[in-house]
Amino acid sequence: MLDSSITALVGNLPPAVAQGMLWGIMAIGVYITFKILDFADLTVDGSLAFGGAVAVMCIINGYSPGVALIFACLAGVAAGFVTGILHTVLGIPDILAGILSQIALYSINMNVMDKSNVAVSVDKYNLVVSLRHISHTMVVSLIFLAIITIILYWYFGTEQGFTIRSTGCNENMSRAQGINTNTAKVIGLSISNGLVGLSGGLIAQYQGNADVNMGRGAIVIGLAAVIIGQVLGEALLGKYLNFIGKLVFSVIGAIVYYFVITFALWLGFPSWNTKLISAVVVAIFLAVPYLKGKWKTSFYKAARRGAGE
Amino acid sequence: MLEIRNIYKTFNKDTINERKALNGVSLKLEDGDFVTVIGGNGAGKSTMLNAVAGVWPVDSGSIFIDDIDVTGMPEHKRAKYLGRVFQDPMTGTAATMEIQENLALAMRRGKRRSLMWGITKAEKERYKEMLRELDLGLEERLSAKVGLLSGGQRQALTLLMATLQRPRLLLLDEHTAALDPKTAAKVLEISDKIIGEENLTAMMVTHNMRDAIVHGNRLIMMSEGKIVIDIKGEEKKKLTVEDLLQKFEEVSGEEFSDDKALLS
Repeated sequence: MLDSSITALVGNLPPAVAQGMLWGIMAIGVYITFKILDFADLTVDGSLAFGGAVAVMCIINGYSPGVALIFACLAGVAAGFVTGILHTVLGIPDILAGILSQIALYSINMNVMDKSNVAVSVDKYNLVVSLRHISHTMVVSLIFLAIITIILYWYFGTEQGFTIRSTGCNENMSRAQGINTNTAKVIGLSISNGLVGLSGGLIAQYQGNADVNMGRGAIVIGLAAVIIGQVLGEALLGKYLNFIGKLVFSVIGAIVYYFVITFALWLGFPSWNTKLISAVVVAIFLAVPYLKGKWKTSFYKAARRGAGE
Repeated sequence: MLEIRNIYKTFNKDTINERKALNGVSLKLEDGDFVTVIGGNGAGKSTMLNAVAGVWPVDSGSIFIDDIDVTGMPEHKRAKYLGRVFQDPMTGTAATMEIQENLALAMRRGKRRSLMWGITKAEKERYKEMLRELDLGLEERLSAKVGLLSGGQRQALTLLMATLQRPRLLLLDEHTAALDPKTAAKVLEISDKIIGEENLTAMMVTHNMRDAIVHGNRLIMMSEGKIVIDIKGEEKKKLTVEDLLQKFEEVSGEEFSDDKALLS
């Protein structure tokens, strides 16, 4: 009995890896805004579904699934651009700017698809990835991830990439060095959401449909991936964790996240509880470093030291 | 060089917190002038520097740098002409970036930022040499994150960044105020050296009267958003703290009240 259920768990791991890799592309996008640009971008929930919707509509209207991904990516870029304009030109705080885009994208996605869910069957179309071909999906995801990582490594090492990093770190300094911080933010948000849109396009193909709700909670998954990845990366590589390492570990974080979800489902949690689990996982990973630091310099410890422990 | 024509700036206009920070400031600097700016809290020293840097637009008046009207130019565009060092050592550098990356950012001030590598090998060698001259042991730590440096090291690095691309005007805004006395002296020494060697035009705000007297070839004192004293040439060379305090009383009809400025 137990044996067979463990077999079931192990059997569920390859799909978890595949999903983790696809969502890992989104995690890299979240890494760019959350870590590099220091911008809590909630556009993600909308732009992921936007990418999915655009990809699926492109495919059923005769575009090849590969070309559909380009449009999915561009859709994400447009979403990020709008959030950037809302924040920089119109002065709306970052979280609110993202929420506005996200909520607007719900309607836009309905307009794009005309209904809440549109299917693309892998039997009918030559999809780039599919849950029916897990190992193929993994190989394709790996290629995507490798290309994205290399491009981002190059880009953030260029003069222009530097401006985005410095803007995320210190806006005053950046402006004093002649950097238009508003432009840097818009570019950063566009790149980030471009990756999220691409991820959405791939996920839609993987699961065989685009759903208007497919992005719900995506930002939490993205944050979970980035934070889990960072904790793991720092534990395993310490100070040798470089830029590429951080991107790779964001993807690993996404895979770990799907392991956790798979495990929770295997334990018998109903699937609607996955969002609760996500929230708990993110809360734990965010809280642990804080509590650790706090414990080191706590009043409790000070009192014990004072008492000559 | 720099010409400030009758600028005004009021913060929080028409609110209970309204504050007239600049009240008709006019100033003309010649090439190579090194002006020290002194005055009590709220006199408008930093505000004047920020007006020149374009942190916000002035209410009225105009600002020229090398006969170019920069009054309507946003901060990042004006940066082309300006080198700046701030009071807070955290403000002038990007903590999460490497020392060499910070320098590379500064090297490209006022230039178009392309998709070429943000930092080249040849540059790194040059930065190493420049850091060696600072004599702070930073030359072996090019790839260390700036966040690991001390306040003094960060100010020295900011100073280097401000002058890496020769600025038309160097703005030092109480850049030693947050440092311990020994480090402050060292950073001031580096400032003097760079300004002298490069023959830069500079404005240095300070709380310290003695520093204001010892450094530079011209001294201005501000009070209530105006320049109330302007001393240059031979007169500046002979100036003492007592002279300055007396002058301030003459001009403003009150005693100079800033303990920090007197304790030097």
